[in-house]
Amino acid sequence: MEVTLQPVRWNSRFARMAAATAASMLLAALPAAAQGTFITVSSTTSTEQSGLFRHILPEFTKATGIEARVVALGTGQALDMGRRGDADVVFVHDQVAEERFVAEGYGVKRFEVMYNDFVIVGPKADPAKARGKDVLAGLEAIAAARAPFVSRADKSGTHAAELRYWKAAGIDLARDKGPWYRETGSGMGPTLNTASAMNAYALADRGTWLPFRNRGDLEIVVEGDKRLFNQYGVMLVNPARHAHVKKDAGQKFVDWVISPAGQSAIAAYRINDQQLFFPNAKAGS
Amino acid sequence: MLEIFASLGLALELIGGADPTLLGIVVLSIELSLVAAVAGAAIGLPLGALIAVGRFPGRRSLIVLLNALLGLPSVVVGLVVYLLLSRAGPLGSLGILFTPAAIVVAQTLLVAPIVAALARQTAEDAWKDYEEQLTSLGVSRLRAVPTILWDARFSLLTVVLAGFGRAASEVGAVMIVGGNIDGVTRVMTTAIALETSKGDLPLALALGLVLIAVVLAVNAGAYAIREWSARHHG
Amino acid sequence: MAERAPATLHARDLTVVLGNVRALDGLDLTLEPGLRTVVLGANGAGKSVLLRTLHGLIRPSWGKVTWSRPTRQAMVFQRPVMLRRSALANITYALAVNGVPEPERTRRAAAALTRVGLAAIASRPARVLSGGEQQRLALARAWALEPDFLFLDEPTASLDPGATAEIERVIASIASEGTRIVMTTHNLGQARRLADEIVFIHAGRATERTAADRFFDQPASKEAGLFLQGELPWK
Repeated sequence: MEVTLQPVRWNSRFARMAAATAASMLLAALPAAAQGTFITVSSTTSTEQSGLFRHILPEFTKATGIEARVVALGTGQALDMGRRGDADVVFVHDQVAEERFVAEGYGVKRFEVMYNDFVIVGPKADPAKARGKDVLAGLEAIAAARAPFVSRADKSGTHAAELRYWKAAGIDLARDKGPWYRETGSGMGPTLNTASAMNAYALADRGTWLPFRNRGDLEIVVEGDKRLFNQYGVMLVNPARHAHVKKDAGQKFVDWVISPAGQSAIAAYRINDQQLFFPNAKAGS
Repeated sequence: MLEIFASLGLALELIGGADPTLLGIVVLSIELSLVAAVAGAAIGLPLGALIAVGRFPGRRSLIVLLNALLGLPSVVVGLVVYLLLSRAGPLGSLGILFTPAAIVVAQTLLVAPIVAALARQTAEDAWKDYEEQLTSLGVSRLRAVPTILWDARFSLLTVVLAGFGRAASEVGAVMIVGGNIDGVTRVMTTAIALETSKGDLPLALALGLVLIAVVLAVNAGAYAIREWSARHHG
Repeated sequence: MAERAPATLHARDLTVVLGNVRALDGLDLTLEPGLRTVVLGANGAGKSVLLRTLHGLIRPSWGKVTWSRPTRQAMVFQRPVMLRRSALANITYALAVNGVPEPERTRRAAAALTRVGLAAIASRPARVLSGGEQQRLALARAWALEPDFLFLDEPTASLDPGATAEIERVIASIASEGTRIVMTTHNLGQARRLADEIVFIHAGRATERTAADRFFDQPASKEAGLFLQGELPWK
């Protein structure tokens, strides 16, 4: 007999190979989830996209050995993440919503960290004559001219602020809302992209606007109003609600951002020589 | 037009410069998509072949359902996986939300129906050729499943690649369950979405071109394997 | 090959309805052991359906097929279906499915390959073999199962004369070891060379069953006479 081929059971050999490959790849993919101490911070797109976190987080990690992983969402979603227990720390900018979060028992205690400011951006030609320092006058002019305005409409901190300004300006959106008022239901960046494409006005936080590249014909038309200041707060998610919250590591993060070291790291972050965030943690709080 | 050319240049620069951040994102994307494709294949291939070869009540409905799942909106999958893996959800104790594992879970759920539906088609064609011969040899329908899968392996490689393509190009679900965390769960698609929302359209497009290049390279490799095998195995 | 008590096949009132067509229409047939039977008939007379029904691939609409004792059967088709693996593995696969353990499995597969003259290409992928080689491999695969009954449905229909002769030699060799051969062909020369008896099928019935040497000179039925004169359509 001339046949010398070994009996080959390809099916099972193939299956074993595939299984081994799959297992090793899964193992390779998973360690990122298991190494070292890390906390999950739910925050806003403004802090993430402005590059602030990329600037300050390495300093935090160096000081504490803790890795902070940031999930950037609108303030409303970021707080919901904390409510569900999917974050250890919430770092957002909507004081009213934050205080409710703490009052409901989801957050331990709210600490003020820093502020930046909102600006109204719009076409250089300013067809609504909104330009100036007064945010309410600016919005009134836009509404009066029925000039295109793009709203985030996503329950973010910026959206909440925008609604407060409209109300303060005496404009009832429910009544005056028309084709000129566009709701994107998305984040700051996509909303700015829309505004840029439509050559429309929009309320933006300075931190997202400054590094924003796709400006088209838009520029800042209203800034500097005290009422445009935008306060950020930080809270540890309540371990009494969610037992798995990494309270020690999370508390370290809270302590660090309001410490002198954290505060000066925030102050040191600049784009085009402009400071984006102004630390204002109360000493000893 | 100019923007597209600028992006092309930028894409080449990104690839040529081997920027470590970009490299990390690309490697993570490929890795996760491969794992998801393999996991989706492990579920989808036997399932598809079983439906192709099997005769059982509800088979037709299952085929319709499977074909409908091809159009499964990824955001829905993302949301469901999010709710499952969230600390407040039934699988919250695993603690894998916002980790690469969560991305793989979501991608696998998206890939498996695609692989199953396409594998069913392929296996059904193969079964038409094989049914008499295998039945004659005394092969049961269940036993025929691995035989068909193995014999159609070159065609099925394309099917698995389609799954890989879906996983790699997935953004909605990956954003929701991964959280687009810098250095942890940021993959090519979520990086593209991020750069888009930062208004850096040329960079976003350049990343998109890199993604296309990666998918193209993987497909070209698979095509070469298929050609070679077809020549040598008939 | 192991000695086994010979088996007899009985088909009673065999009727197969495919769509609107009665492919078999109340066919009665008994196949005693030890003979080589060639089923002849015009195109569409029901030859292939008969073989598939006897083999169990088609479930009869009425009537039934019974065996005098449990039998092993195999079938070789007009177009061999080769699995996408080596020639040897095509046979070991069939043996594995039928519960033949190693090392017996490989030994038997190799022996079957040697008998059909394919030992030298055992490791070649089956799909790249020539048509004649594939059919010999299909015969080897069937043979390795050591069947009591071997059904062959036009096994040489798509082969050249050289390959056909080779297949005929293998079939004769299988038959000489006690396997009951039942085959269809449209090659009358082949029928003459291989058949001990002829079963003639017309319109889904077996109209005659005659010893081969008599059939070609004096067919009993009118239809068979017409068929041999080339009056009935066949391919």
